[in-house]
Amino acid sequence: MTPDSSSGGPFSGFDLVAAGPEGPREDAGAGSRERSVAPGNPTVTALRARFPDAFVRNEICAGDEDVVYVDPERVGAILGWLREDPDQHYDHLADVTAVDHGGGRPLEVVYQLWSIPHRSALRVKCELPLDALEVESVTGIWAGADWLEREVYDLFGITFRGHPDPRRILMPENYAEGHPLRKDFPLRGRFSRAEQTRRALTQNPEDHYAPGEIAERAPQVVDPADPGAGEGEGVG
Amino acid sequence: MASGTTEFVVRRNPEMGPGGTLVASPTAPFDAPEPELGSETMLVNVGPQHPATHGVLRLVVELDGETVVSVVPRLGYLHSSFEKLGEYRTWNQIVPLTDRMDYLAPLIYNCAYVMAVEKLMGIEVTERCKVARVICMEMDRIFSHLLWLGTWSIDVGAFTPFLYAFQQREKVYKLHEALTGARITTSATRIGGMMADLPEGWAKGVGEFADNLPATLDEIDALLTCNAIHIGRTQGIGAISAEEAVNHGLTGANLRASGVPYDVRKDRPYYDYESYDFEVPIGCHGDCYDRYLVRMEEMRQSVRILHQALERLPGGPMDVEDPRISLPSKTDCMSDMESMIHHFKLITDGIPAPAGDCWFSVEGSKGELGMYVVGDGGPKPVRWRIRPPSFVNLSAIPRLSEGHLMADLIVINASLDIVLGEIDR
Repeated sequence: MTPDSSSGGPFSGFDLVAAGPEGPREDAGAGSRERSVAPGNPTVTALRARFPDAFVRNEICAGDEDVVYVDPERVGAILGWLREDPDQHYDHLADVTAVDHGGGRPLEVVYQLWSIPHRSALRVKCELPLDALEVESVTGIWAGADWLEREVYDLFGITFRGHPDPRRILMPENYAEGHPLRKDFPLRGRFSRAEQTRRALTQNPEDHYAPGEIAERAPQVVDPADPGAGEGEGVG
Repeated sequence: MASGTTEFVVRRNPEMGPGGTLVASPTAPFDAPEPELGSETMLVNVGPQHPATHGVLRLVVELDGETVVSVVPRLGYLHSSFEKLGEYRTWNQIVPLTDRMDYLAPLIYNCAYVMAVEKLMGIEVTERCKVARVICMEMDRIFSHLLWLGTWSIDVGAFTPFLYAFQQREKVYKLHEALTGARITTSATRIGGMMADLPEGWAKGVGEFADNLPATLDEIDALLTCNAIHIGRTQGIGAISAEEAVNHGLTGANLRASGVPYDVRKDRPYYDYESYDFEVPIGCHGDCYDRYLVRMEEMRQSVRILHQALERLPGGPMDVEDPRISLPSKTDCMSDMESMIHHFKLITDGIPAPAGDCWFSVEGSKGELGMYVVGDGGPKPVRWRIRPPSFVNLSAIPRLSEGHLMADLIVINASLDIVLGEIDR
């Protein structure tokens, strides 16, 4: 079978789009293609002009990736503007994550944005000091941020203000050892292996199948400075 | 029997009249109003150990009769903490972690990870390596879609396509084994190249696989695409509009079925994908049936890319000729002191990456697979983050399935094409 004849099966009667990088895209003007390669990213310039007091700094990483550092207090407003402004229109929130550089340095919350119509990328970061790990949730702007923010909360302990379902997602809800991706979290966990085994064996299976699953639960927060505090309570 | 009388026939069992009306019952007269039954919703636990959840996914489903009121997915049963483990390994040692995440398309994960690190380090791989990785990624896209096709058809009640699909998958397993020695845990890539050059005759084997696949796809097409049961089970089920799909972060075939032509291979081309002649199929209804059609067509398009890549596979070296990155040859190590020291240093110390961060995304089989790596100038990452496509796709399942029947929830879950190794990481 030649490559050409394999392109359509006997029943593939639906649209094919062949728009390559040079191909037309209705709402992307000719100029918008240059924006991601231009030395001064127009989004960064516009962002600085629109939010002069919240704009911290910008840099270019790995050759061509624009990174903008913003004030954590204004994250919701800035990302909302990036999503809604027709010239920016970053409609695809690719990722929300955090980076802990260790050594008491602030945690970075990282938003990877992509504009499907304009084909441009932007990375927005905000730095949170370790004693104020709280930032506004963007679930109201992108519904897809829901689980991504829950994961950041679960693994880093950053609270997202206004999140509709602020629970752990990957670790068990009654996990009492803290937030695993922080640099001060040891690879094998805070508790001894014997204590971890004891907790696993004494778990009540009923906990996992209770009707209360549907209802919202307050997240269990463990003070990382005092990991032993959670030792006596809960699971047994 | 006149209406309004209390006369009724007592029988042992209630019987149904035409149209499902209650004719007689031992407890209630047929013409009395139906008693107000205390109705309450029911919690049903689906998974984590059930074939229809495609892994250790657990869904807590609230049902009103058979209608889904709400779905709460519970994750973490396969949590392996890959991102944390990565911070304790050198850049090359992370490669084996990547294929354990998506064991349905391991080579795509191998390639995506090293591509991100190479971008951070500023390494340009050789032409041969680029084409070889394109072949690997397209082959594994088909590999993953075939598993989806098989399990999907079982979930809608057809068994034969599963066997047809797995016959073809077995050929890819053999190609994996010939390339890397492993069937699933391939770990085929290294920073700056591949673990080894392609074995002799391997490209021919891929060509044969690509030649034979369309016939199998046509057979499955004939079994499913116009099948009344299949259409009845999937059309109009789990539909999502284009705008909502983008808002929920859907990517891959799930997004394209809603009519958004976002494909990383076209929109942010890497490895000369812009020079390959292929098309991006999109749907228009965003329901389960369109997701099926889009993935079927994607396999055919991958076959086209495979043919073109095999044609242009150049000779020459597979690894970059950079002593900071590539290991010296085994012969040199055994005969030359400096080469041996060099080999020892590269293995024990690892390759340093510059300080900074880098985001690189490829079009994986499940959607946009992003790799975010942060280095501090040392041989280990400060942070290694995977943007998991099926994690974000699965987060839309409450939106997709609420209001549908319990049986449709299974079909919707199958249509999202998830892999739990990557969701839980």
